[in-house]
Amino acid sequence: MQRSFIARNPSVLLFLALLALFTLVVTVLSEGFGVGVISTSFVKTLGKTLCLCLVAVAMDLVWGFTGILSLGHFAFFGIGGYMIGMWLMYERTRLIVVQSLSQAEIPPTPTEVVDAIGNQIFGVVGSSEFPWIWGFADSLFLQLILVVLVPGLLALVFGWLAFRSRVAGVYLSILTQAMTLALALYLFQNDSGLRGNNGLSGLQNLPNVSAPQSVVSLWFFWGSAFALAIGYLLAAWLVSGKFGSVIRGIRDNEARVRFLGYSVEIYKLMIFTLTAMIAGIAGALYYPQAGIINPAEIAPIASIYLAVWVAIGGRGRLYGAVIGAAFVSLLSTWFTGGQAPDIQLGFYTIKWVDWWLVLLGLSFVGVTLFAPKGMGGLVDLWTARRTPNRHGADLGPDAGSLREAEAKQ
Amino acid sequence: MSTLLEVSGVSVSFDGFRAINNLSFRIGVAEMRAVIGPNGAGKTTFMDVVTGKTRPDEGHVLWGEKSQSLLKMSEAKIAQAGVGRKFQKPTVFEDQTVEENLLMALKKPRGWFAVLAYRPSEHDLEHVVELAKEIGLSNALTRKSGELSHGQKQWLEIGMLLAQEPRLLLVDEPAAGMTPAEREQTTAILVEAAKTRAVVVVEHDMEFVRRLNCKVTVLHEGAVLAEGSLDHVTSNQDVIDVYLGR
Ligand SMILES: Nc1ncnc2c1ncn2[C@@H]1O[C@H](COP(=O)(O)OP(=O)(O)O)[C@@H](O)[C@H]1O
Ligand SMILES: [Mg+2]
Repeated sequence: MQRSFIARNPSVLLFLALLALFTLVVTVLSEGFGVGVISTSFVKTLGKTLCLCLVAVAMDLVWGFTGILSLGHFAFFGIGGYMIGMWLMYERTRLIVVQSLSQAEIPPTPTEVVDAIGNQIFGVVGSSEFPWIWGFADSLFLQLILVVLVPGLLALVFGWLAFRSRVAGVYLSILTQAMTLALALYLFQNDSGLRGNNGLSGLQNLPNVSAPQSVVSLWFFWGSAFALAIGYLLAAWLVSGKFGSVIRGIRDNEARVRFLGYSVEIYKLMIFTLTAMIAGIAGALYYPQAGIINPAEIAPIASIYLAVWVAIGGRGRLYGAVIGAAFVSLLSTWFTGGQAPDIQLGFYTIKWVDWWLVLLGLSFVGVTLFAPKGMGGLVDLWTARRTPNRHGADLGPDAGSLREAEAKQ
Repeated sequence: MSTLLEVSGVSVSFDGFRAINNLSFRIGVAEMRAVIGPNGAGKTTFMDVVTGKTRPDEGHVLWGEKSQSLLKMSEAKIAQAGVGRKFQKPTVFEDQTVEENLLMALKKPRGWFAVLAYRPSEHDLEHVVELAKEIGLSNALTRKSGELSHGQKQWLEIGMLLAQEPRLLLVDEPAAGMTPAEREQTTAILVEAAKTRAVVVVEHDMEFVRRLNCKVTVLHEGAVLAEGSLDHVTSNQDVIDVYLGR
């Protein structure tokens, strides 16, 4: 028990090593710093995938370990993207405006500059006034704080209301769906202050940076890898000690945890809020790589995908979440990007762009029914040889949860 | 002896059905009490009320020297105040090891921050080993509790209860599913515990109750039918009619 954290969790070290290796290989093969085998756009895809892995780790913490099936964590991811997007858009527009006004004979007043920026940004929604939520958009520092603060506060308030009245299970899932739907619908409105369905765009262009996208894409790739590493470490540390015992206890039998004297609601609230903040950070790294964010990103289905990734990867083990998110999202890019060859059946042609979702849905059902441990369960086939035979085959009250390996983490 | 728990005039109804009817009960700080009664008498519901799981329609539940009301406290707060409970069905965290189960139960700060910062000290680990010895699970510390036999799970739960160091132990049918030898050891553990704290044992098995050698409260239809020594209550005609005579 007194051994170091890493010694008790060898899988963490292995994961970090693989992540470092992956980062190195991509860098060496990239256009920006390496031999140019991997295109810049694919570096971006990989960087975005790392962000999705990070939000999947958060999802696994909240669902796989604490048993709260939140179907709203992509809302927090999107909010993180909006928060960083506001600064990116403001600052870049400001530079353009200042540049163009400097040609004028009379130097522009600060108000004129702000008005011109407002015109540029909000022209598409027929406005030129800065809504109050853009109050801090001129400060990178403040917007970075908002990246974690806004998702955190929203989760705190929402969670407090829900957990305090002991909303759990399916009802909580529905409530989180309602939350993300409400947020998306709100953002779709032109007067929401975030440019309605246009969203924020041009986010890939960093203000005051002259480096080409091939280089910038690598910066973000590294940043995403670093964030995933830190997030994974944090999550592994959280679930390893007594805190991990308590949250897994909450997942398996929350009444029992209560009678041991732990305030279940506070623990749930803490995990819900923390994972919302992690999701916010992941989103803030994702959208500058995507270049654009709009309210469709926050649609309820996005959060459901997140749960599907974690389920396919194997919930209740952190590397399972990462594997699931990486595998399914990359596969999804491949299928929906038109790269997958169509299948000619003679009488019908299966176009993957249309059929991918059906395949994903079937895989999800298949995993749920036949391989509840998900892809991460494959690891057990290998480690099973090293662990003694456990006589109680399925250890939990819920056959869908992963019991053995997660306790070893 | 001073009173640790005083329940007075408590009633609980479920959809109009009175599971507890004007029940009164008190127990001292270091006392063993057996509660018997036919199925559906309200024994488990009584424990639910004391532990905060069920809120009564009326009545008082007072706790400790300061006669604090438990009715306004959450389950977690009541547990922190010193009420420990063993459920009728053994409920341990099956996915976790015996050691993890016991460590979670050890009397330590329960706030999330304290729990995050917690690292078991040598002393804590020794305490866990001692507890495991007491409940006959010395060799099973690193085993998943889900692999244990039914009786062993019962014991683990008793061990967790002791680890909590509660002032009041509520034990619901501890001997269910145990072999005679296991029952004997369970009795010994409970009798030992009652030397320093209050213990309420709900049990069906008369032999078991006899060995506890303590005051007995007979519940029937949510109210106290008789109270006293086992011989006293078993000779009570009402008790014979509703319970023993069947
Ligand atoms: N949550 C509940 N809802 C409805 N009825 C209940 C509930 N809990 C207990 N009861 C009823 O209350 C009565 C007392 O139950 P219980 O306290 O479990 O009895 P005992 O433990 O003495 O066998 C039973 O008739 C039972 O059906
Ligand atoms: Mg009962």
